[in-house]
Amino acid sequence: MSDAALPSPRRAPFAPDWAMRILGVLLIAYLIYASTQLDLGLGRFITGLGEGGRFLARMFPPNFERWELLLEGMLESIQIAVLATVLGIILSLPLGLMAARNLAPWWVSGPVRGFIAVCRSLHYVIVAILFVKALGFGALAGVAALTVASIGFVSKLFAEAVEEISMKQVEAVRSTGASGMAVLLLGVLPQVASRFVGFGLYQLDSNLRNSTLVGVVGAGGIGGTLFAAFKRFDYDFVSAILISIIALILLAELVSGRIRAAMR
Amino acid sequence: MSATTGDTLAPLRREWIRHTPAERLVRWAMFLAVVASVVWAVRTIDIIPEFLADAPEQMADLLVRMWPPDLAYYPRTVHAALIETLHIATLGTVFGFVMAIPLALLAARNICRVPALNALAQVGLVASRSVNSLVWALIFVAVFGPGAAAGVFAIAFRSIGFVGKLLAEALEEMNPGPREALRAAGAPWGAEMLKAVWPQIRPAFWGVALFRWDINVRESAVLGLVGAGGIGVVLEDAINFFQWDQVATILLAILAVVLIAEIVVTRVRARLL
Repeated sequence: MSDAALPSPRRAPFAPDWAMRILGVLLIAYLIYASTQLDLGLGRFITGLGEGGRFLARMFPPNFERWELLLEGMLESIQIAVLATVLGIILSLPLGLMAARNLAPWWVSGPVRGFIAVCRSLHYVIVAILFVKALGFGALAGVAALTVASIGFVSKLFAEAVEEISMKQVEAVRSTGASGMAVLLLGVLPQVASRFVGFGLYQLDSNLRNSTLVGVVGAGGIGGTLFAAFKRFDYDFVSAILISIIALILLAELVSGRIRAAMR
Repeated sequence: MSATTGDTLAPLRREWIRHTPAERLVRWAMFLAVVASVVWAVRTIDIIPEFLADAPEQMADLLVRMWPPDLAYYPRTVHAALIETLHIATLGTVFGFVMAIPLALLAARNICRVPALNALAQVGLVASRSVNSLVWALIFVAVFGPGAAAGVFAIAFRSIGFVGKLLAEALEEMNPGPREALRAAGAPWGAEMLKAVWPQIRPAFWGVALFRWDINVRESAVLGLVGAGGIGVVLEDAINFFQWDQVATILLAILAVVLIAEIVVTRVRARLL
């Protein structure tokens, strides 16, 4: 009964959110500061709009006259993506198992995890530059760079999937006296195989996108053609290349969606 | 009784298989397609055997030239470029959000009821997503000239598709109850957005913002390779002058920033969500 007499603090139904307002003011202050630091002014923006209009005008209509060059580059990009994905998956299988903390001792999983983190942290274009120096210009450097990127991504996800498995089946296989290899093949892999296929497909998708780019630093594929066209101000050929790349990516997304649905 | 047992159990005795013949056929076809594409790629890819043969030697040479990293180079040039990279990533993320929010509102079918506008917004989001940030950078270098402005716009335009897609999905998944209540009370559209929609998508919003900022820090490090400002410009210069000890310093700086950004994002996310 006395509960009703207690003075309850009145809660405003639509109270102003002070934390958000302060954050907003800070954000605007930062925007002004950073814009002046980077020399981003309105004048520059307006000049840019004019330039952008001229640029678009020169991009249209797209010029498919040199389609042989275009096709050659696209095919090389696809080859790079396929090989990098396959190599990356093959290498990720042992690395992912070694990085899983429920299967490998800490002195194995720790260093392997560090290696995977480094693979993931370096942008594939930077890795491609290093491989262009080491392996020379061409598709090989692109394959190597994207393989590193694939290892970083697939083995991290694979290790996480392995860490989530049920240990009961592993123990059951182990208790029959099975060897280490048999435990992996019959106790661990069946639990993660379907997810692994999913990671592989996703990585093929993302390698296809990235393989159209590594050519910018000389690692093969359509990117080299694109960069050369940009440097020669062949903007109508640039738009033809861009349209082809976007078409390829959309097609790949469609196909991989279909495959994923069929494998389920 | 015993005579009928055989009949009732007959369906249970049939052999159970996991996939129908059609499913198995599809799986085999896919497997064949994978093998065929790998074989095709290996046989036709243009690899120069001489380059492959001396790869280990070249690799060792590269590592020897990189060691020790020229740390004195860091305060001279790298630090300012690194700060510029962070500014590009942050400004790009903010501008990307400014452009992505209207598109996300248009793309969400429960906010904008016009199917044509939904489709148009989706096309915009897909176009932004399918062009890589490096290609956006090439385009904006052609528009704005070399410099950080091109980098900011490249990051922003690349972010639109990603952010817009995730925000539109969050919008479509939200509970219609609060909106209907406010509308029944006669609230205008702005109040409905601010008091019914925003509180529901706030966690998704901050999650996406942090995630995209983390990605943008990584991506802005390479934009300089095509002249769009940031640490990539310094990296490109050092590589062109074959100053491999300076390259090693820059790579270490990039690695450190990327790892710190990841740790910061994980911490903030754990605190916030």
